[in-house]
Amino acid sequence: MNNTRVGIIGIGQSAFRARRDDASYPDLVREAVTIALNDARLELDDIEAVVYSLSPDAMVGIGNAERLGVDAVGARNKRFLRINTGGATGISSVAAAYYHIAAGACDVCMTAGADKVGECGDSQTVLNKIWDPTYERALPLGTINMLAMSAVRYAHKYGMSQEDMAAVVVKNRRHAAMNPNAHLRKEVTSEEVMASRMISWPIKLFDCCPQSSGGGAIVLASEQFIKERNLDAVWITGLAHCAESYYLGDRMGVGQTADHADAHALGVAFQRAYKMAGIADPRRQVHVAELYAPFSNTEFHSIEAAGLAKPGETVPDLRAGRFSIGGEIPVNPSGGTLCTNAIAVTAMIRVAEVALQVRGTAGGHQVKGARVGIASGNGGDHQFFGTMVVEA
Amino acid sequence: MELMTRHETWNITYRHALGETASFFFANIRDHKKIYGRRCGHTGRVLAPPRAFSDQSLEPTTEWVEIGPGGAIEAFTMVYEEFQNLPPPPYAFGYVKLDNADTAIGGFLRGVDLSDPEAAARKLAIGTRVTTHFAEKRTGDVLDFWFEPANG
Repeated sequence: MNNTRVGIIGIGQSAFRARRDDASYPDLVREAVTIALNDARLELDDIEAVVYSLSPDAMVGIGNAERLGVDAVGARNKRFLRINTGGATGISSVAAAYYHIAAGACDVCMTAGADKVGECGDSQTVLNKIWDPTYERALPLGTINMLAMSAVRYAHKYGMSQEDMAAVVVKNRRHAAMNPNAHLRKEVTSEEVMASRMISWPIKLFDCCPQSSGGGAIVLASEQFIKERNLDAVWITGLAHCAESYYLGDRMGVGQTADHADAHALGVAFQRAYKMAGIADPRRQVHVAELYAPFSNTEFHSIEAAGLAKPGETVPDLRAGRFSIGGEIPVNPSGGTLCTNAIAVTAMIRVAEVALQVRGTAGGHQVKGARVGIASGNGGDHQFFGTMVVEA
Repeated sequence: MELMTRHETWNITYRHALGETASFFFANIRDHKKIYGRRCGHTGRVLAPPRAFSDQSLEPTTEWVEIGPGGAIEAFTMVYEEFQNLPPPPYAFGYVKLDNADTAIGGFLRGVDLSDPEAAARKLAIGTRVTTHFAEKRTGDVLDFWFEPANG
């Protein structure tokens, strides 16, 4: 491993909404890029490479929309590549930007993208198409149904009620109410969650993330550049990915290597990132977490995969407030994916929010004294997991 | 100012080749109402649906093993929301470990009244024994079969 430290020097995110009819897709990308460049106190010419964050094309309704987006990131004559790992795309894009710098290929690399999920009337239809046409396409698989089945297995294995799931929603909505960029900012009660209509049992409407529109951008730079320009930075001290095999049914039955109740590969990815960052005891060393959890139930197994609680302890710990702002290790102080999901950049926003937290500039949802934060992203059919440790 | 939108639909057609392994699997369902898995030589697990190769070793799978028609539910959900291009709700589907298989295969779950989700969930609980049912007219597709509780 080389010794090039890579810092985050600029962060841009939209105020996420259901629709942004005032802005076309490239307009939204440029909006985030402009905010990030201003935050970094850099000019467009300072950016040497761009990693374009774009998940399934059909969600924005433009085939290979990076062709159109290249103008909105000012990438003419620059290194450019597109990353897609489904829901993990945003964190994979930050990782790819990191690798540009860590490899010595350049000193400043930006990642950016946007999504307009609210413009697609059929997001679960798009997501149904991620399944194998041979054996599984004809089944009504989608991300909600897939993760409803994870909830059923999790409840069977460890115990989790629908009220426990509602407690995640109540916590994250309370957090989102303090975050002006979050999409769903209205606080809800457990009773309101329980009364919301059933979608895919046991997941109800309020257990689901919204379909958000907005953009995200992060500027990364080498330590040398940061020192030469006398810039403020927070540091990516650990990062990793881990993949899971494709078939959901292989994560069940006899002799499985991973259980669909859990997020096994996410756990492996966290162990890799912690090792790189020198974190031996995440429960004591991590101050804040932004974990990709688009449905309330998935926050429980994500917290366990991050090593912040043991399986079986997470539900009572969450209900006791351990993962709330003001608690021991706040999880998703921004409101998380549950309150904002512009899929192409959602996992990038996890990194951005953790960077804001350890920088001490998160605003109303700031976790006091946070100096070490973690972020994650999940994509595919609960298959591709990215993790990151960000430190002040 | 007036903000305008433009309506779009994608309608794209494919003719996917299923390959030798899935063709054998679907032909046996269509012609004989029999379900087969493939044994992974690396782990010994019988994979259902059958794969041509082991995802652990990338070696070819070694033999056909007849599985089912009995099995047990490993995961399920019941859908009450309508999604474009997906079946009209309510419906239940999930994953079943068929007898003699080691992994679970997806399929619709029928024969349970879904009007009360909590009551239906108890009838579809993990571990519930099910039997495979076959459609009268079979085309060689995953929708040619479904599962119903064995004691239902």
